[in-house]
Amino acid sequence: MAIAVSVAAGEIASSDRRSGYDFMSRETRAMQDDDTANPGMLWVLEGGTLWEKKTGAAGRACADCHGDPRASMKGVSARYPALDAGKGRPVGLEQRINVCRTDRQEAPPLAYESRELLALTALVARQSRGLPIDIAIDARMRPFFAAGRATFHRRQGQLNLACAQCHDDNWGRQLAGNVIPQAHPTGYPLYRLEWQGLGSLQRRLRNCLVGIRAEPYDYGAQELVDLELYLMWRARGMTMDAPAVRP
Amino acid sequence: MDRRTSRRDFLKTAGGVAAGLGLGSVITVVPARATPAEMQEAIRKVVGGARISPGKVKLDLPPLIENGNAVPLTVTVESPMTEAQHVRAVHVFTEKNPQPNVASFHLGPRAGRAKVATRIRLADSQNVIAICELSDGSFWSDSAGIVVTLAACLEDGI
Amino acid sequence: MASALINVPPRAKRGEIIEIKTLISHTMETGFRRTQLGAVIPRDIIRRFVCTYNGTEVFSADLHPAIAANPFIVFSTIAIESGTLVFSWTGDNGFSVTESAAISVE
Repeated sequence: MAIAVSVAAGEIASSDRRSGYDFMSRETRAMQDDDTANPGMLWVLEGGTLWEKKTGAAGRACADCHGDPRASMKGVSARYPALDAGKGRPVGLEQRINVCRTDRQEAPPLAYESRELLALTALVARQSRGLPIDIAIDARMRPFFAAGRATFHRRQGQLNLACAQCHDDNWGRQLAGNVIPQAHPTGYPLYRLEWQGLGSLQRRLRNCLVGIRAEPYDYGAQELVDLELYLMWRARGMTMDAPAVRP
Repeated sequence: MDRRTSRRDFLKTAGGVAAGLGLGSVITVVPARATPAEMQEAIRKVVGGARISPGKVKLDLPPLIENGNAVPLTVTVESPMTEAQHVRAVHVFTEKNPQPNVASFHLGPRAGRAKVATRIRLADSQNVIAICELSDGSFWSDSAGIVVTLAACLEDGI
Repeated sequence: MASALINVPPRAKRGEIIEIKTLISHTMETGFRRTQLGAVIPRDIIRRFVCTYNGTEVFSADLHPAIAANPFIVFSTIAIESGTLVFSWTGDNGFSVTESAAISVE
């Protein structure tokens, strides 16, 4: 049962929410819109190959349990981070894939930002394209959601900036030649022109933290998962568009 | 150097729009940039001593791009593309990249249409030149200027 | 693991000009980047792209480091007959990838 979470003062009103897509140039948008030109699709293609590959001591492929990802994975990434009942805390999609790797395939977990993990995440996320983000906060998720929200609003780093100051208070304005987006994670994992490659939301969050001269949380840290949970809730109802292209 | 020069100004001076890339703690220090003279030399190597006239070829570049890592570029040449009259090749050069050559595309009558598109890297705001070689041995050129802005939060070695 | 995405219309009318889009995964390391310790990261790029149509070369490109990572090339050819289009990319460090696509021309 979802608990009503009220929108705090300063948070973007529902009707004002816009995807990072809307802040990009026409050319970058065109790159995302065309599946034959979107470099992120190369990772989706690879993910499709990995999906069929038997691996680990159990000699299982994702396909053996999940069949055709277009059916079985539809809407999945729109619901992540999701509660892992066993662990009693939310996990991100990357972590969920690794749970399958270790528990079901009996294979070692894939490293963050490794080609394989990005390919599988891209394949799964692609199956939610066009669907609305579907995050509801229940009693069990509440403390993690609150932690993520607190992180978003907390001043950090040598520049002493909070995420909210750029992304709630100053979205649409310019920061050194680029427009500040609202920071909705609708398109992850995405092809960032700056990276010249595909990367996860965690990588992007770590970039931002380094940008404000704060110590970035480690990959897989609960702080990053909680922050992702808050960001996905903040973007609830917005349309997923992975794999996106962003500058 | 003024001690208060910001990191961004330093990077701009070094032409390093690609600075701070990659997970493996990479920085880019761009070596002495190609000069317009070096670009002319690179063009001469491809074109020989032939005269290059402006016209016939059209270079499409966005006037401004958010990131110099992937700039869409299209070159179109008005040509019937017949056996008797066609485009043999299209060559692209830049003025300020570390190296002036970008690509050479080889066409011919089988192409049907003289139009090629790709994505290129540009180290800084600059001019890009496209030169086409026709089957009658003539060379034609077009150039376009583009402004390259920088991403706001560069990734550092993390 | 290099993957390539090729977009060729599966069917065309004889004489029709068809547009072909190709995208291949490759970092196109320029050779101008350095590590934080100052060592140059050596150049590693795709240098040549060739498209043949039933064995005849119909398009080719010579690429330099200024081509963006994950090279994207769009070109056209006349659909003269049914058959196979073969695409090959070659480059530094023995890089070599070949893909093909069938086309039916009526």
